[in-house]
Amino acid sequence: MAMKITNEIKDSTIIITLDGELDASSSVVLDEELSDPEIMNFSKILVNCENLHYISSAGLGVFISHLQRFENAQIKLIFFNMQDKVRNVFEILGLDLLMTIVSNYDEAMTIADE
Amino acid sequence: MNNTIRVNCTKKNLKLIRDFVTGYLHTLRLSDILMNQIVLAVDEICANLIIHANHEDPTKYISLAIMEQKDMLKFEITDNGVAFRQSEYKEPDIQEHVRVGKKGGVGIALVNRIMDKVEFETVGNRNICLLYKKIR
Repeated sequence: MAMKITNEIKDSTIIITLDGELDASSSVVLDEELSDPEIMNFSKILVNCENLHYISSAGLGVFISHLQRFENAQIKLIFFNMQDKVRNVFEILGLDLLMTIVSNYDEAMTIADE
Repeated sequence: MNNTIRVNCTKKNLKLIRDFVTGYLHTLRLSDILMNQIVLAVDEICANLIIHANHEDPTKYISLAIMEQKDMLKFEITDNGVAFRQSEYKEPDIQEHVRVGKKGGVGIALVNRIMDKVEFETVGNRNICLLYKKIR
């Protein structure tokens, strides 16, 4: 499978770990994950991108399409451990300015608690 | 080394195309970021052709050929589906996409920003997309 998604729950935080490549084929799984009504019960969604090796517009589109819904519900969406080549794709569209991308888990937790 | 690949129109084949491009460009020793950008641009065009132009019809095919011209890479992607109308294309407003929760429509923007030249032409019932990228 092109994309493996695992979740870890710590109090009001859900940590979503992405493992693989997010393209037009595999991003459907991520969309289902983020569309799950249960996710609205958390106040922070941390996305671990350490093993996210590739993202195309379809993968970006999933995050773009959920961002406002999370913001409206005051749920923080924070990306961490993102590879440079993946971050570059966010930057090409200016998404790094609209989304929160930090270096590592500790920084993500600090920002999430602010 | 073989410079062409032909796959039928299912989204699962996008990975095959990316691996082909990565394998072909391997000897050029491009930076991680540049390699990823090039693979991404080709992937975006192929995804559009498979999904929008050919409606994921597995009996239809797309072809990709990679050519090196001096300091330039040229990618030729052909299909027989519904032609892309470049003249009707409008750059997306990403903030508006976020506001309305729009899922698609940013792929061609990536391609335009990554590649040095992007051309679409139709000859008979054959559509050709040409992507050019300077690498030196």
